[in-house]
Amino acid sequence: MSEQLAVPLTGWGRPTPLSLLRLVVSRITTMSLVEVQKLRHDRTELFTRAIQPALWLIIFGETFTRLRAIPTGHIPYIDYLAPGIIAQSALFIAIFYGIQVIWERDAGVLAKLMVTPTPRIALVTGKAFAASIRALIQALVVLILAALLGVALTDNPIKLLGMAALVSLGSCFFCCLSITIAGLALTHDRLMGIGQAITMPLFFGSSALYPINLMPGWLRAFNLVNPLGYEVDGLRGLLIGTPAQLGLDFGVLALASVFMISVASALLVRLAR
Amino acid sequence: MTTLTVPPAVRVTGVRHRFGDTIAVDGVDFDVASGMVFGLLGPNGAGKTTTLRMITTLLPAPPGTIEVFGLDVARHKLAVRRLIGYVPQRLSADGALTGWENVALFARLYDVPRTRRRQVVDSALESVGLADVAGRTASTYSGGMIRRLELAQALVNAPRLLMLDEPTIGLDPIARTSVWERILEVRADTGMTVLVTTHYMDEADQYCDRIALMHRGRIRAMGTPAELKASVDPDATLDDVFRAITGDELRSSPGERMRDVRATRRTAHRLG
Repeated sequence: MSEQLAVPLTGWGRPTPLSLLRLVVSRITTMSLVEVQKLRHDRTELFTRAIQPALWLIIFGETFTRLRAIPTGHIPYIDYLAPGIIAQSALFIAIFYGIQVIWERDAGVLAKLMVTPTPRIALVTGKAFAASIRALIQALVVLILAALLGVALTDNPIKLLGMAALVSLGSCFFCCLSITIAGLALTHDRLMGIGQAITMPLFFGSSALYPINLMPGWLRAFNLVNPLGYEVDGLRGLLIGTPAQLGLDFGVLALASVFMISVASALLVRLAR
Repeated sequence: MTTLTVPPAVRVTGVRHRFGDTIAVDGVDFDVASGMVFGLLGPNGAGKTTTLRMITTLLPAPPGTIEVFGLDVARHKLAVRRLIGYVPQRLSADGALTGWENVALFARLYDVPRTRRRQVVDSALESVGLADVAGRTASTYSGGMIRRLELAQALVNAPRLLMLDEPTIGLDPIARTSVWERILEVRADTGMTVLVTTHYMDEADQYCDRIALMHRGRIRAMGTPAELKASVDPDATLDDVFRAITGDELRSSPGERMRDVRATRRTAHRLG
C-alpha cells in the first residue's frame, strides 16, 4: 500500500457554506449506511423491538376497544391507538440512542470518528437518521399488525410518505434529545435514569393513548410543549383521517429537530473529552 | 535569495490544559520534524494522551499553540483532520461491522474516491494481514487483529501524520513487533510522520527517532534515545533515564484519573 500522502484540498482551511453542506450530506449518508450495515448483520434487534408495540396494540388496544372505556367518538379505539403506538415505538427507540453514543465514547469509536474530517453536526444527524431507519421499520411492523387487526388505515401513498416524514422528524428530535442528555450526564447510569424518568411523562403527556379533551388542564398545557403530541396528532390525521393541524405538526417537529441537532452537536464535544 | 522554511509536522508551543483543578499539561513545547517517529513517554497521568488529543483537535487548544504542517489546529480543524490518522488507546473498531466495512467507513469519511475505494480498502486490509478475515465481524477478532484493523483504518487515507496512543498496550511481543513493523514499512514507503505515546521504554528505544519524556504535565527531557541515555550514564537504559528524571517516584501523578486507568485496564483485558 504505497500511497501518496494526504494533502489538504483547496478550501479545506475555510470551507464555504456550500462545501460544508455537501460534506454534511455526504457524511450523513455514510453514517446512515453504516447503521443499515449493522442492522443487516444482526436482525434480532428488529424482531425483539417489535414485541413491545405489538403487545400494546394487541393486548391494550384490543382490550380497551372492547371496554369502550376511552371515548374516541365514531372511531374504534384500536384505530385511534395505532398511530400513537407508532409514535411511542419511535420514541422508545430514539430516547436511548444517547446510550449508544456513550458506549461509542467508552469504546474509543467516537473519538476516532471525531478526528476524521467530519463536522459534529453530521455525526449527530447520522445518528438521528439511524434512529429514523429503525423507527420506520417499527412503524412498518405496527402498520402491518394494525391492518391485520382490521384498523382502517389510509392507503394513500402521499399520506404514507407524510407518515414516514413525521416519524423520521420525531425520531430525529428524540434521538438528539438523548444525545444532548448524554452530553450532560456523561455516564450510562445517569442517562438511563434520566431517560426512564422522561419517557413515560412524554408518552402519557401526549394524546397517544387518549384524546386531549380527556386530559386535566395541566396535562393539556404540557401536551402543547410536548413534541410527541404533535407527532401523534399528525400521524393520526394522516393515517386514520382525524382532524389534524398538519402544517403546525410538521413545522413544530422540523424546528424542534433543527434546534435539538444544534444543541446535541455542541454537546458531543463534551463526550469526547 | 528567498529561503523556504518547511514547517515541522507538529509544533507545540507553551501548551497547557486542565481538567477542573487538575493541571494535565503544564507548558509543553516540542517540534516533530517531518518523517520522524517521535515518542511521548511517561507514566499514566503524565499528560501525554491529553497532549495527543489536543493535537488531534479532540481537546481545544488556544490559537497559535499547536500547528500541524503549519496549520493552526484551533483555526483549521477540518484541514488538520484530513492530514492525520489516529489510533486511540482503547480498542475502537466497531464490533458490529465486518473488518472490510470498518475500513470502508473510514475510506468514505476521508473522501477516498468511489472508483478507488474498493481497491484502497482491500489493499489496506491486505497490508495488515487481514484480507482473509475481512468478511467477518470485528467482534470475532482477537485483540491483536483489532489493533491491526485499527491501523488499516488509520492508514486508509495515507495520513501525513499518524498518531498512536499506546498502540501496543496489552499486546504480546509478536503482535507488538508486527504492529511496529507495519508502521515502519508505511513510513519507509511514504515518509509519513509518526507521533506515538507509550509506556514501553524498550519499544521507544528501538523504534523512536526522538523522545520526549513527560512527567506531571511537563516535558522533563527530550532527545534521541542515545542522547537521553548518555546524559545519565554510558550504560544506562531508558528506564534508568526515567528514574533519574522522576526521582524513581512511584506515586500516581495528579493528572491520573480513574477513567484513564480503567480504560487502560479494559483495553489490556480485551487484548487479553
